[in-house]
Amino acid sequence: MENFGYHTPASVADAAKLLDANEDAKLMSGGMTLLPTLKQRLAAPSDLIDLAKIPDIKGVCRDGDELVIGAMTTHAEVHENALVRELIPGLASLAGQIGDPAVRHRGTIGGSCANADPAADYPAGTLGHGATFVTNKRKIAADDFFLGLFETALEPGEIIVGVRFPIPVWSHYQKLRHPASGYAVVGVLVAQTKSGVRVAVTGAGPSAFRATAMEEALAKDFSVKAIEGITVDADDLNNDIHASAAYRAHVVTVLAKRAVAAR
Amino acid sequence: MLINVNMTINGKAVSGQVEARTLLVEFIRDHQRLTGTHVGCDTTQCGCCTVHVDGKAVKSCTMLAVQATGKSVITIEGLAQADGTLHPVQEAFREHHGLQCGFCTPGMVMMGVDICRRHPNADEHTVRQELEGNICRCTGYQGIVEAIMDASAKMAGGKA
Repeated sequence: MENFGYHTPASVADAAKLLDANEDAKLMSGGMTLLPTLKQRLAAPSDLIDLAKIPDIKGVCRDGDELVIGAMTTHAEVHENALVRELIPGLASLAGQIGDPAVRHRGTIGGSCANADPAADYPAGTLGHGATFVTNKRKIAADDFFLGLFETALEPGEIIVGVRFPIPVWSHYQKLRHPASGYAVVGVLVAQTKSGVRVAVTGAGPSAFRATAMEEALAKDFSVKAIEGITVDADDLNNDIHASAAYRAHVVTVLAKRAVAAR
Repeated sequence: MLINVNMTINGKAVSGQVEARTLLVEFIRDHQRLTGTHVGCDTTQCGCCTVHVDGKAVKSCTMLAVQATGKSVITIEGLAQADGTLHPVQEAFREHHGLQCGFCTPGMVMMGVDICRRHPNADEHTVRQELEGNICRCTGYQGIVEAIMDASAKMAGGKA
């Protein structure tokens, strides 16, 4: 990989200053996607701004009806955290299905969401729970966050500091895992929240999306039967070496049914 | 531009000057001459380069040396005791013939130790799941899985 300047700011404000001062700089959290990307020379930032030394953007705490997860909290920490396991076990389970143990020790929730890989698990986890991203500038609802392939609502100079999850009544994540990469060929999170049923899909389309027809059906009758005949439109789905769009559309319904059956 | 890095490797304080892009595995192998840690795929998939950083298994091909500044790194060379007594996971790999060509073995052993710490008395399903990020092209994994299950039971029982 090309060389770069390396910075370890001690605060989010310092990180933002560095980002503003270096037009071609990139933020680094766990580096589990960024470092392989640099090695392949798909990117060559002038500077890497490593967020690892900022103390107040990692860890998990409860704030009223919400669970707040710091952006630099690793997948392993979310998976093993007692509060997450007690209050949102579906999210703890999702985090434990990302990559492999060594990757889970480094990769973070903030990094995964900011990267917005179409086959990542957290986009379904945040969208499905109706989470809110807290940045150094504002709050962004997950519904407004994932815009397209590797594209989010984050603006230049904006840094995710945490994710706020409303504690659901119940949630469950089902994933068809790619056997080599561990990424989701399709992943579906179903949640019963205080504001209704949510069904979020990752892996299938260019970015995570909600299966609204399933949500409406489950709101009336929360049963496997209620979504039996409902499929998402294959025209909008990914068609690649791993799976055809038609297959992905089929698997979305299969996984949604399995998730509901787990209730 | 060179950056100063300092960390402990296998309990010994080490320092050096590296480019920012220098990988942790390059620092371990090329600068510190600890060549037990291997580079297999160089793409975060095969696990041959697995080491422990502050007690957690990570892939040293996907971490910068500067990111390990101030941290404690343990490599395969740091597992056995000074008198040569093998770590229980190393001993179990010997006992169960958990290797053939040996290329993946340092990473397998380091991940095995991590698995045993997190999963006392690990069952076969758990061990196979946890070995997701470590690839062996010789053994068919059978001996490796048996070795880690055995070591996990022994370490949980305090026998080793």
